[in-house]
Amino acid sequence: MSTEGIGIDRRYARAFSAIQSFAVRYGLGIALVIVWEYAARKAGSIFFPPPSEILHRAATLWLSGPPQRLFLSDSVFQDVIPSLLRLMGGWALAVLIGVPLGILIGRSRNLSDLVNPALQFLRAIPGPALIPIFIILLGTESTMRVTLIAFGSVWPILLNTIEGTRTVDPVQLDTVQAFRIPRHAQLWRIVLPAALPKIFAGMRVSLALAVILMVVSELVASTNGIGYRIQNAQIMFLLTDMWCGIVLLALIGYTLNWLFLKFEGRLLGWHRGARGRAATS
Amino acid sequence: MSDLSGAADPRAGFGQARSFAGPYLLSLAATAFRVVLGIFIFFLILELVTRLELVPPIYLPRASTVVRRMVELLQDPKFLSHVVATLYAWGVGLVLATLISVPIGILIGTSELAYKMTSPLIEFMRPIPSVALIPLGILLWGQGFSMKIILVAYAATWPILFNTLYGVHDIDPIAVQTARCFGLKQAAIVRRISLPSAVPFIFTGIRISAAIALIVVIGAELLASADSGIGSYILFVSSNGGQMDSVLAGAAIAGIIGALINSALGLIDRRLFGWRYLGATLS
Repeated sequence: MSTEGIGIDRRYARAFSAIQSFAVRYGLGIALVIVWEYAARKAGSIFFPPPSEILHRAATLWLSGPPQRLFLSDSVFQDVIPSLLRLMGGWALAVLIGVPLGILIGRSRNLSDLVNPALQFLRAIPGPALIPIFIILLGTESTMRVTLIAFGSVWPILLNTIEGTRTVDPVQLDTVQAFRIPRHAQLWRIVLPAALPKIFAGMRVSLALAVILMVVSELVASTNGIGYRIQNAQIMFLLTDMWCGIVLLALIGYTLNWLFLKFEGRLLGWHRGARGRAATS
Repeated sequence: MSDLSGAADPRAGFGQARSFAGPYLLSLAATAFRVVLGIFIFFLILELVTRLELVPPIYLPRASTVVRRMVELLQDPKFLSHVVATLYAWGVGLVLATLISVPIGILIGTSELAYKMTSPLIEFMRPIPSVALIPLGILLWGQGFSMKIILVAYAATWPILFNTLYGVHDIDPIAVQTARCFGLKQAAIVRRISLPSAVPFIFTGIRISAAIALIVVIGAELLASADSGIGSYILFVSSNGGQMDSVLAGAAIAGIIGALINSALGLIDRRLFGWRYLGATLS
């Protein structure tokens, strides 16, 4: 048996296993899309257009612009990008408020016990129920929408930051205090790194919430945005357009989550390693 | 696990040790006092801010006015029927979501192949915001209970599904191997080992979903202008001359119901599955 033969065998085996893992990962999704396509064509229901039609419509809606704008159509600039900007703006605001406030509250046990009932109450207020108030106080421009997104998505960040700050290893805290490490160094070197995994978990939950709130904020008294388009399509009975919006939102949610996980993995890789070592010791 | 490893239970230094240190009743009273004091201070701050009248009180009424309105609303049978309508849709949607996602979660969680096959699909469907489905829901099921219940069930499915999956996946391999050695079949292993160890996780999923579900019901009522429920009440008073005290009172009652449900489920969680928190690090 020559070594070359083994190499070819290995290559075949590798190609085969790659195909197999691809089939396992995406087979079900592809099969479902095919079934949907077939069933939708057969049934001819206007409520469930076939995926090919949705895809075709999405291409004409968003990718029919001139080449100098990367083929992006006007609708991308009028609806999709403003929506994304509000989403990111609201979420960033929630992070900027939630993390410092959470650390402040979490450092004091008495303070966190005192504010806890109020926070639980505020968190449980449904964001949409406050839209009338927000409209009266802030108008119907982007400010109102960004504030609504920030208000609705700040709670997981705030509560997780409090929790993360409170559960810093007391031995570490005592040690730095014994060594008279200045307070700001304690914050940056001990508290923040220890709380970071929890903070990130809260930020990821909030990101999903922010997408929901972005849509919510655009369903009321708005003139543009993805949510507005979906609602408009419903009123005008353009069901394919509505499905395009739903699929686009799924794509946005998926992509944001994926990006965030990449970012988190990069930033918190050390933590997983440190925890792994601690667990084995 | 030694304390020097840095992986010691972070709770040991805080809540746990304190609540065991003193008599149980005394610590309970202290907690209750802190809760009441916290709520009182919160109310006081709100009252002071609203009394400054940075915005006209028609737009942003005083906290005390809102509380008075809340008391009135809670005695109003018409409003109470809205509350019942909301809670009914919430409960049915949550039960539906549990009935759907627990079996699916166990099925997917116990088979490695099924887990690999379905995870991309789940990852893609999960981020579809339930509110984006409101327009579709209105077209398919109108503005009544069915639309609300289906949207709630959709939104509540994901946390329960993920927690069930995680719980079933996370079982002690030694327990499974031991069961195999004693000749237990796969079905028996699922029933006797996977399920019992997954139950606390499933409950956590239900607890998360309960909070989400309430927000989704009220949001759906408001955005789809449903015929009944707290959300439709808020929509009605805000569009009829903008009675902001009623809007805020309705929203606050919704918040209190949510907080009560969450803390009740939290209490049950601690009662039934408190053992889970003793050995494990919080993550």
